[in-house]
Amino acid sequence: MNTQPPAPPALPPSLKANPKLSSWVAFSRDGHVSVSPGKVEIGQGIITALAQIAADELDVDISRLRMVRASTSFSPDEGVTSGSLSIQNSGRALRHACAEIRQIFLTAAAERLGVSPDALTVRDGAIAGPGNVSTSYWELADEISLDRDAAPGVIAKSPDQRALAGHSVARLDIPDKVFGHSRFIHDFSLPEMLHGRVLRPELSHATLLELNEECAREIEGLVAIVRDGNFAGVVCETEANAELALAALRKSAKWSLAETLPDEDALAEWQKIQPAETTVIDSRKLPLPPAVSRSVKRQYTRPYIAHASIAPSCAIAQWDRNQLRVWTHSQGVYNLRSDLALVFKLPKDDIVVEHMEGAGCYGHNAADDVALDAALLAKAAHGHPVRLQWSRADEMSHAPFGAAMTVEVGADLDADGEIVGWHHSVWSNGHTARPGRAERPTLLAASELATPFPRAIAVNPPHASGGGGDRNSIPVYDFPSWQIESHRLTTMPIRTSALRTLGAQCNVFAIESFIDELAHELGEDPVAFRLRHLSDPRARDVIETVATKAGWKPAKRDGAGYGIGFARYKESGAYCAVIAEIEGAADIAVRRLTIAVDVGEAINPDGLINQIEGGAIQATSWVLKERVRFDAARITSNSWTEYPILRFSEVPEVTVDVLSRPEVEPFGAGEAAHGPVTAAIANAVFDALGVRVRDLPITRDRLIAAMEAS
Amino acid sequence: MPTIRFRLNGAPIEIDADPDTPVLHVLRGHLGLTGSHFGCGAGECGACNVLLDDRAVTACDTPLWSVAEKDVTTVEGLGNAQNPHPLQRAFIAEQALQCGYCVSGILMSAAALLKRNPDPTIAEVKAALDRNLCRCGSHNRMVRAVLRAAAEMRAP
Repeated sequence: MNTQPPAPPALPPSLKANPKLSSWVAFSRDGHVSVSPGKVEIGQGIITALAQIAADELDVDISRLRMVRASTSFSPDEGVTSGSLSIQNSGRALRHACAEIRQIFLTAAAERLGVSPDALTVRDGAIAGPGNVSTSYWELADEISLDRDAAPGVIAKSPDQRALAGHSVARLDIPDKVFGHSRFIHDFSLPEMLHGRVLRPELSHATLLELNEECAREIEGLVAIVRDGNFAGVVCETEANAELALAALRKSAKWSLAETLPDEDALAEWQKIQPAETTVIDSRKLPLPPAVSRSVKRQYTRPYIAHASIAPSCAIAQWDRNQLRVWTHSQGVYNLRSDLALVFKLPKDDIVVEHMEGAGCYGHNAADDVALDAALLAKAAHGHPVRLQWSRADEMSHAPFGAAMTVEVGADLDADGEIVGWHHSVWSNGHTARPGRAERPTLLAASELATPFPRAIAVNPPHASGGGGDRNSIPVYDFPSWQIESHRLTTMPIRTSALRTLGAQCNVFAIESFIDELAHELGEDPVAFRLRHLSDPRARDVIETVATKAGWKPAKRDGAGYGIGFARYKESGAYCAVIAEIEGAADIAVRRLTIAVDVGEAINPDGLINQIEGGAIQATSWVLKERVRFDAARITSNSWTEYPILRFSEVPEVTVDVLSRPEVEPFGAGEAAHGPVTAAIANAVFDALGVRVRDLPITRDRLIAAMEAS
Repeated sequence: MPTIRFRLNGAPIEIDADPDTPVLHVLRGHLGLTGSHFGCGAGECGACNVLLDDRAVTACDTPLWSVAEKDVTTVEGLGNAQNPHPLQRAFIAEQALQCGYCVSGILMSAAALLKRNPDPTIAEVKAALDRNLCRCGSHNRMVRAVLRAAAEMRAP
């Protein structure tokens, strides 16, 4: 029998990339631990979850932790905080680093105390051993250097040894937020800080032909008017006067006619004839072609969707000769720094980018754009820091959108009605144009300068890294053969980049609607039909759990309907099943969402539930209300009136069941619910009204159109 | 510049400014009180809500002249870490936010509700908060928090 011990655990990827232990953790003599993850708080509670992991491994009380905001001057480079990957990446790295650091301290303590490291215990940073010998992290802090690289082979605690992970620890940032203490970049101020505003055209991609700077010069406290090609803005002593100067400037500006935007009511037709890069995402073939008795095909679409964060994007920038310092709510401080270095032709080391919290961030919004804008304005501010906040209208029309999508799904059925072939084709712009990943900057103003960089065309990450337009395009069902294709548009009249779930929301909407259509056609129950095609036990588990919780299938009552939606996020992440209960005829109200999720180990169950609930409610808003509107020349949905989102009175009741699996590596949860919720609502609408809406959002107009079509 | 007098968080105050200046500008700019947030500048999202006497108003489009001789209460005046308002305590207990940018305005709408209706139903809470937008989807937790605070305030 082979009795070799298992190989020692390898370094988690994020720690391998940033091995210096001192870049993650530092101890102070006064009894504090500074923990410095490369991931950032964007309203998802990550800082608390990471603090739990660190406190557990180090055996210190969580109140001793100082969670340090990411900065390019000292933090590990963990890329972008996105894709529900922070617990997976940063959490694993931090867990390993802290376990190793604990070992390092125990070894040093054992030497000092003359006992074996195995005989020592750590309790809230105090190290004790036999015969009442003791020391502490704080006593040893100055003696031990963590300026060394992490080593593989450290074994972190097992789930049952962890005191905090797996428990609903209260979020560290919430008290500040309910007492109105300043945590947001919007509320931050520096000595001698000035205020900027930028002038953006109402017309898409218009050229600035004329600008009369004289009228703005009369504004009190004006410091500078900045103009570089199509980029223009003002710097003033106060925010109120910056607004006045901008208004004066706007009045005097003449813009060229814009580029023509596509017809918002014929997006699918438009997308299908655009130049595109076609990729076969996956192909599964039977040894012999199946006998196909008939084929069914349907098309599903979603519109462009706005991030529509409650706060307009904001940044502060300050120049010291040729060195730049930027405060930002970007999701990736290093990525932003790379693009700033490209625009200003500076070595990266001459730029420091520091994170500060912003309002909820759901992907690549204008956070990075506003940082470049602020840096451009600050050039004219004689070393003063310049704070710039975008307007609501600019936020709703110039920030990147989540891409509109057209998805065709088809099934080949044999003589018994069994699915023997599956086809899935996506047409969409790319789903990421994040900074810091290309040879050219993707920041908005970079394309507006007198010597412009070309406008970035959004791309898709490879499918193995989650994919973009193709995210969740491969079914999790056990179909014997399939062909999955993605067509990424190479023209981009409307700017798109990463929005929560990238393409997964629409792909899951398409797959799960189509599955429902097939089940209905074959006269089968939609839950039973799904289970019949699923062998993955964790997938079955969430579906069976949610069906039980919702009492599937509740008795039919007038004007109400029930629908199910399921997905495994990115086909390899969190499992989520949703049952929606809706009411209505012309206007749909979602009454209840019953949800079951399996994310593996749940570090902070309440934080996880909060994320799932939030995702479910946001998805409900997307499904019932949201659609970026535009005419031939401009984005017209640039206010809350033109771009309504779900209100308190419209929010469904949401219950979340977490299937806990502490022994399995954790997956992120922030994006798991959007696709399943979308499909569950659409399927419930069909159940209630017998009408299949295949174009989002499900509004009164769309319902009427679908009724007429059927 | 005319002088406008009002009470801010219980204390009398005088501001020399254009009477048409939005109250939010005065709070965040002149006074450095940044708890009330700018969201849209058009009274459409409620992130800037303050109490004007006992009523919740959007400070971004409320002109300074209109608060003369009145009481303005911001989230900073609602309570603090040492002496929290029951609503603030309840929002912490229910972990009733994600990003929290909208929450100061929502707390003020809720405070106005509880002043006029100490025992609201779920539907009444939702109606009172309907002009406040939350993008993270924390609505249900916030409603629970308001009901929890109301119960605490009614308790003898």
